[in-house]
Amino acid sequence: MINAIINGIQIQVEQGTTILDAAKKANIKIPTLCKHPDLDPTAACGICIVKIKGSDKMARSCCTEIEEGMDITTHDAEITAIRRTVLELILSNHPNACLTCIRNQNCELQSIAAEFGIAEEPFEKILSEEKIDESIKTIVLEPEKCIKCGRCVQACQDMQNVWALSFVNRGIKTKIAPAAEFKLAESPCVSCGQCSAYCPVGSIYEYDETSTVWNALNDPSKYCVAQIAPAVRVAIGESFGMESGELATGKLYSLLKRMGFKAVFDTNFGADVTIVEEATEFVKRLRGGEGILPLISSCCPGWVDFMEKFHSDMIPNFSTCKSPHEILATLAKTYYAQKTNIPASDIFMASIMPCIAKKFEVHRSKEMYASGNQDVDVSITTRELVKMIKQTGIDFAALTDSEPDHILADYSGGGTIFGVTGGVMEAGLRTINYLITGKNLEKFDLKDVRGLKGVKEADIRIGEHDLKVAVAHGLGNVEYLMNKIRAARETGQNPPYHFIEAMACPGGCIGGGGQPRNVNDAVRNLRINGLYADDKNCKHRNCHDNPQIKQLYKEFLGEPGGTKSQELLHLYYRKREEYKSYRETDFLF
Amino acid sequence: MFENITCIKIGMSSCGVAAGAEELYQQLSAVIKEKKLPVELKKVGCLGICYAEPLIEVKTGDNPAVIYRNVNIETALEILENKIPSELVIDEDLEIKNQKRIVLKNCGKIDPEKIEDYIQNKGYQAIKKAILELKEEKIIEEIKKSGLRGRGGAGYPTWLKWKATKEVISLNNDGKFVICNGDEGDPGAYMDRSILEGDPHSVIEGMMIAGFATGAAKGFFYIRAEYPLAVDRVQKAIDQCYDRNLLGEKIHGSDFNFDLEIRLGAGAFVCGEETALISSIEGKRGYPRPRPPFPSIKGLWDKPTVINNVETLANTPYIILNGGDEYAKTGTDKSKGTKVFALTGKVKKPGLIEVPMGTTLRTVIEEIGGGIQGNKKFKAVQTGGPSGGIIPEKYLDTPISYESLQELGSIMGSGGMIVMDEDDCAVDIAKFFTKFCVDESCGKCAPCRIGTIQTLKILEKLTNGEGAPEDIDKLKTICHSMEKASLCGLGQTAPKPVLSSIRYFEDEYLEHIKEKTCRAGKCSFLKQESVEK
Amino acid sequence: MTFYTPIPDELKEYIDKWKLKKGSLIMILRSVQDYYGYVPKKICFSLAKELKAPLARIYEVLTFYNYFKTESPGKYKIAVCMGTACYLKGAAAIIKAIEDKLDIKESQATKDGLFSLENVRCIGCCGIAPNMRINEKIYGKLNKERVSEILDEYINLNAGVSSSQEPPIL
Repeated sequence: MINAIINGIQIQVEQGTTILDAAKKANIKIPTLCKHPDLDPTAACGICIVKIKGSDKMARSCCTEIEEGMDITTHDAEITAIRRTVLELILSNHPNACLTCIRNQNCELQSIAAEFGIAEEPFEKILSEEKIDESIKTIVLEPEKCIKCGRCVQACQDMQNVWALSFVNRGIKTKIAPAAEFKLAESPCVSCGQCSAYCPVGSIYEYDETSTVWNALNDPSKYCVAQIAPAVRVAIGESFGMESGELATGKLYSLLKRMGFKAVFDTNFGADVTIVEEATEFVKRLRGGEGILPLISSCCPGWVDFMEKFHSDMIPNFSTCKSPHEILATLAKTYYAQKTNIPASDIFMASIMPCIAKKFEVHRSKEMYASGNQDVDVSITTRELVKMIKQTGIDFAALTDSEPDHILADYSGGGTIFGVTGGVMEAGLRTINYLITGKNLEKFDLKDVRGLKGVKEADIRIGEHDLKVAVAHGLGNVEYLMNKIRAARETGQNPPYHFIEAMACPGGCIGGGGQPRNVNDAVRNLRINGLYADDKNCKHRNCHDNPQIKQLYKEFLGEPGGTKSQELLHLYYRKREEYKSYRETDFLF
Repeated sequence: MFENITCIKIGMSSCGVAAGAEELYQQLSAVIKEKKLPVELKKVGCLGICYAEPLIEVKTGDNPAVIYRNVNIETALEILENKIPSELVIDEDLEIKNQKRIVLKNCGKIDPEKIEDYIQNKGYQAIKKAILELKEEKIIEEIKKSGLRGRGGAGYPTWLKWKATKEVISLNNDGKFVICNGDEGDPGAYMDRSILEGDPHSVIEGMMIAGFATGAAKGFFYIRAEYPLAVDRVQKAIDQCYDRNLLGEKIHGSDFNFDLEIRLGAGAFVCGEETALISSIEGKRGYPRPRPPFPSIKGLWDKPTVINNVETLANTPYIILNGGDEYAKTGTDKSKGTKVFALTGKVKKPGLIEVPMGTTLRTVIEEIGGGIQGNKKFKAVQTGGPSGGIIPEKYLDTPISYESLQELGSIMGSGGMIVMDEDDCAVDIAKFFTKFCVDESCGKCAPCRIGTIQTLKILEKLTNGEGAPEDIDKLKTICHSMEKASLCGLGQTAPKPVLSSIRYFEDEYLEHIKEKTCRAGKCSFLKQESVEK
Repeated sequence: MTFYTPIPDELKEYIDKWKLKKGSLIMILRSVQDYYGYVPKKICFSLAKELKAPLARIYEVLTFYNYFKTESPGKYKIAVCMGTACYLKGAAAIIKAIEDKLDIKESQATKDGLFSLENVRCIGCCGIAPNMRINEKIYGKLNKERVSEILDEYINLNAGVSSSQEPPIL
């Protein structure tokens, strides 16, 4: 333990603690703009400076480790004046567009400016002339607002290993953009959206499609339906003063009905179908049928995009199951349309997702039109729904619960945990166990695959099979697993795993690129706990036990993995290796 | 004719070559060959008398060598014919009066491309002594006694850096590095270039001593992009060392192995900052990193790394051979030894000089530099380049030391010393350096990235006649924040040219603002006015 | 979208030597620039493949350092020193003289591709300021007249050669 003094207060912290974190122990908040708890300090903003007795320089508290006997001052007239000037300098390089900015009232720069009571701008405006890049139609880059904190670059390069975003040029001309003057659409970007989740200002954000939803809702010829992804229900409340992880499923059903959706479905239902199909596929492969092991999950569109671009040799390992919201949408425009006699072409399906990559997924290939129409008409993020709610004037937190349209909404615990890292694996194993042994697991909780560790491995015995499984979240971690599988394959060894779950975003969908911001591991854990609690409270823990699922197969699909399922619920992948030379990462330097 | 001449040396550093020394060498060599003269023609480095290039030094029999200035082939032939053009003779004693040459002792004397020349002048004796006699602790002890401080500008005691690296326990001997910082980037400074071009072996030997003392087995020469001749000469020197087993394995029969490799910069002033330099050697953008941890503990590829400037390293062989105490006899209380300066600007005799610490600015400018050219009036002297400040006439009797220059609002810096006369404008020179820092700011941290350009905007307003009374306060506010909140030395010192010019020439700032005039006649608004008149 | 192009043998040899060393990207990019006179985009793709490095990493470095050019310069690259000594001794007027004579601005090349002009950081010849460099050759103690003479030398050198016979300007 290290003893030090901050503002005259004696503190004791563990070795390696930064001054910034140590100050929190003394209930002192040192202002900072660039430091994010998940990321290494970039030391970019210069606002978290403090004085250390005996040094005439000021130190950045975000990246200075506290040392024995340090005597630190975090606030005095001089420090505050300097911070204010630095902030004014940053503001001189940032447009005054708060009122029309996507981050209005939710912007870290705006908040800190308010905290400092910035009332005037003493310096000349110097703005970037770089154009907005919305080429990829999932993520928008607005360089004029960028404060060059570098969080997005760290997320894109170090965390996700995508290398779409990078620092270009230097000095005042520094910009964050893809290499070689490419647009984002031409870059290796897989639309995971983590850049937008970490952006402190309105410089990187989701491609806004709320007007598409409003137009559909206002179009009397449309029969608008909506579905909500598992991870949305434990995060959306944060934007309305609720606790992270507080379940808002019933409120969301009520809300969507009030907004004018004729039917409200639940993506968790789609997740149950996915598991039944995927577990069937797995057992087939395990028993030596068509396809090879390990089976790799395919419900994360960021990961699918990443795989097609950089790991297309894994295509034979990929589950051919569509993602839950696509499955649900296909069923809505076939099964549900038939049952209700509503023409599929009149149905407008809006998916409410924690995810930005889904915006691309909805039109990625012909299988996304399995119903004869585009199955999902629009996919909006949790953040976009929040924006819409604010426009409706509805007090979200005060809404009472209501029921969804059960036929495509009732779900099992296995379906709801799709939203967390390890959830697909856990739900999958529950059903795989049933398919192999004919019995349900006695203990449902598979602790080994839970939690925020980047790569999780587990051994599990099912019937006479000793299965090795692995779960990875964050594309950098996923890539680690792919390399391991490839290395085994190339040296002629047995595959190291039977089943792999991969999610692009840290924490899985609950930490998705389209979720409410200001996420760190504490928030991720609360959201995760919310979904596990939902699982525990479900009447049925296993996807295959969901009565609505049973009825679906009986009435409409027939056998899991059967002809009709194959036709409606599965898809194929293509190599897109032209991106590969953009992002080789095996380099020595 | 020709009978007595035994040896002709031609100054062939970059500036000599630029002034025509290469052609002169070719022509003279042809003549000597054609006439089969028994004259040794030698390429040497910078003689330091830059204003008089091309220079040749002629040795006749046992007489002392004579240096001739501004030589061309015609005058060279006359010299060969013993028709001594006396107006071209330079009195060397007068040139180096007030100087003391430790670092530059071989520059202009030996052929930098011949290791034999260096060895004949006690070369590689220091490393031998270090390995065989002194051993690691005593080397650092001698460096400590010498009082040697970093010549790159900040003046950190060299022995402390070495000690910190030495004390990190490393399991394998490839775990530590020595880096020679040859990214001389100050506009108006060429000390390191001249040393690398004129006596590369002395720096190599310094790196070997640092390597041996700290337990590093690998060294990197980081040399600025714009110094092709220096790179060429250092590479030749390294190759020669390998040929003689002065680099490589089991040096001087000991267990000491040392490898050396050149890495080139690619045009970024910030890479003179040690952590940015490390990023650059790692093949990355030259972004500085927060310190601590210091490179001596966690440097190149996170390994303990000694980084020293060219001149610092070039001092160490002398210290090892002659002892720290001997070295410490020169200089002031806290600033020991000599300092090399590139004396340029409006002096009569610009050149590369080496003076004992404690020499006054006046001696340097008036005696060595010969005073201001063209009967103009002295205005100020700028030291430390974009990280330093300007010093006005009333402080000319200040003895040069790290502390004294700091007190005056400037810094020692790497050794650029630029003399300004009455035709130079204080605001304009501040603008010049600020513009430089705008271009060279890496952009990583906000105070420097935006602070520099906002400073420039205000200075531009002033020099365009659009200044407002509050601008001086605004400049001070921005500068103070940059000094305190910038991540690295570039941003922390970038305000110095501005602050020091306000400190000493505030009246000129006020003139620009209130009267819209520039007494030096430099600033554009005045020119426009005069055109109108 | 991918502009893969084979790396010339001579360059490949150098790259093969360096690519196994840690931190060699700057050295490799310098060799590319020495070969072509600038760093062409298509070579960056080949380099990314060859070095197994993200293109973004290559461009991060390429766009950071002044030395690297991404556009083809003139056959004769004029670099006017903007060090302090040169500045005080009238480097700005030297640039102006060149601009006027060649009818170009800083960072531009003449239409015939013969000259390009840039201002550079101190080239370390402050003793004979003001200076300029044309390709590798340094000229000191310049004034307007001297600049004009020097440029004429280069122009005359190329006067007899029709552009079709010119070696390709790299």
